[in-house]
Amino acid sequence: MKTFDLAVSTVREFNQALHDEKNIVTEKEWAATNPKGMHNIAVGLDADIAVDIHGHAGYFCAGMNKTAAVTIHGNAGQGVAENMMSGVVRVKGDASQAAGATAHGGLLVIEGNAGARCGISMKGVDIVVKGSIGHMSCFMGQSGSLVVCGDAGEALGDSLYEVHIYVKGTVKSLGADCIEKEMREEHIAELTGLLEKAGFDEDPSAFKRYGSARQLYTFKVDNASAY
Amino acid sequence: MSNEKNISLKESATFDRSTMAEIRRAAETGIYDIRGFGAKRKLPHFDDLLFLGASMSRYPLEGYRETCNTSVVLGDRFAKKPITIETPVTIAGMSFGALSANAKEALGRGASIVGTSTTTGDGGMTPEERGQSSKLVYQYLPSRYGMNPDDLRKADAIEVVLGQGAKPGGGGMLLGQKITDRVAQMRNLPKGIDQRSACRHPDWTGPDDLAIKIQEIREITDWQVPIYIKIGATRTYYDVKLAVKAGADVIVVDGMQGGTAATQDVFIEHVGIPTMAAIPQAVQALQEMGMHRKVQLIVSGGIRNGADVAKCMALGADAVAIGTAALVALGCNDPKWDDEYKAIGSAAGYYDDYQDGKDPAGISTQDPELSKRLDPVAAGRRLANYLRVLTLEAQTLARACGKNDLRNLEPEDLVALTVESAAMARVPLAGTTWVPGQKY
Repeated sequence: MKTFDLAVSTVREFNQALHDEKNIVTEKEWAATNPKGMHNIAVGLDADIAVDIHGHAGYFCAGMNKTAAVTIHGNAGQGVAENMMSGVVRVKGDASQAAGATAHGGLLVIEGNAGARCGISMKGVDIVVKGSIGHMSCFMGQSGSLVVCGDAGEALGDSLYEVHIYVKGTVKSLGADCIEKEMREEHIAELTGLLEKAGFDEDPSAFKRYGSARQLYTFKVDNASAY
Repeated sequence: MSNEKNISLKESATFDRSTMAEIRRAAETGIYDIRGFGAKRKLPHFDDLLFLGASMSRYPLEGYRETCNTSVVLGDRFAKKPITIETPVTIAGMSFGALSANAKEALGRGASIVGTSTTTGDGGMTPEERGQSSKLVYQYLPSRYGMNPDDLRKADAIEVVLGQGAKPGGGGMLLGQKITDRVAQMRNLPKGIDQRSACRHPDWTGPDDLAIKIQEIREITDWQVPIYIKIGATRTYYDVKLAVKAGADVIVVDGMQGGTAATQDVFIEHVGIPTMAAIPQAVQALQEMGMHRKVQLIVSGGIRNGADVAKCMALGADAVAIGTAALVALGCNDPKWDDEYKAIGSAAGYYDDYQDGKDPAGISTQDPELSKRLDPVAAGRRLANYLRVLTLEAQTLARACGKNDLRNLEPEDLVALTVESAAMARVPLAGTTWVPGQKY
């Protein structure tokens, strides 16, 4: 394992070392200590490596991740795993707002709670949150799945496209064009798989499913009040 | 008798026929008018400015013998690989989706022939566009449609888009008729829906966050390429200062004459400020921060000819960008398609229904048959010719003012024809020393 002490090295040096693993992986396991809320740690990775960040990370940690497995042993700031393409990002603590924003693929696991706009405009990622999520989560979510073992805040799934949302607890309110939907067998199977991948021992049958009513997919005069 | 009656008819200036037609249209449909193109109302513009050519007090340069540099380096503030463009006229961001693949290819070809850059748009980077563009600016938009780190690293520069002149503060839209299989796949959306693009970035708010976002993009690209920030012209003085503070290498200011593929007419005509009014604000902000020429300024919105280019440079821009004019050079609104424009309720020279995807010229469409009408090689050549004319015209004016570099043009070379243009451009009214709003 190669370890960078971010009290001594810069984020730039750490990121460059991780980027240099793209073509030939020289070390599978990497770690950073003393992140102390620094921004943009482990962004733009594109290698089959594991990165452990021991402490709290600032904005955009693991942004645009491809392939790599990044674990934050602490809390994550705004936009963790934003625009992730593949791989796994795990936050052992809480995540701030816009977790997994616009992410296209991979798996984002948040073992604590997530703030507002979790999964905003998500485009194929799977997000599994052990705790609760804040308001306006999954706003304009396009595809992928959002699993919430706790509660969801106001306006969940506003202007939703095709994301599958599963919530175990209460939903304070649903956003425009987001409705509760029937939980069929294929959804139980999908949810079971996501919970297993996240490592959470939850009963899939205790969840409710939410999705798009698809009434705002085209501009209609009668929907004017929804915009 | 009938002639006398016609002469006595008086059209209301407030409720003219166009206004009444829009009222009837709104009453019939219940939805606002969505269209393409840019502002069509008459605005204070560069035609209201004139150059003071050399005479006794200034030496002109010989037009056919003495050089006048047109190349510009963009993005040397932080990037390891700044861009050098051979002409200060770049191609503005326009998306595949709004435009056909052939049109995007033609833009790349034309720009590459003359050594300038072209720009992607909402919806991501296509292989055709990357392949044909020697210098490609990749837009980083709120929607993040098609955004991925591989394309980010293929770009020669990255433009973080906060807004555009046609709709500052507004998001984008692409109506269902243009969401084909390929467009839907690139944007990760269901086919045929009316696509909405967010007006705000999803993972940051405000200039302090933007500074961190720019640092993230620099980290992902290993600080190789320049980062632009594009803003629609509104509170330009303050926005430019904040963009510099956020870490931009290049700032793009798009005035309200800038075009769009699909926006509400009320937005196009009633939000933003004219390009001419925005440039002095931007330059003042840069000068006060000691960053003029260090952070390069690109301006766009209504640039049509070499005089417009030269006037923008004289007011302090480092380069300009063209969108609508580039499409016209490709063949948009060409009279040869007049019958077909009329068949869809428009006419050559008036066509602005880019959102419908029925463009007879094969440019603002995803219809495969219409798209075939645009030969990307021939259209690219037309664009290159046009870009060369813009450059030659700008050089002609610069030499007449005694300048051996387009960027040596200065506000002192200009006067204004109207009081309002003098106030906006901050140059004297012709024949006077009066700059409205400035004390002596």
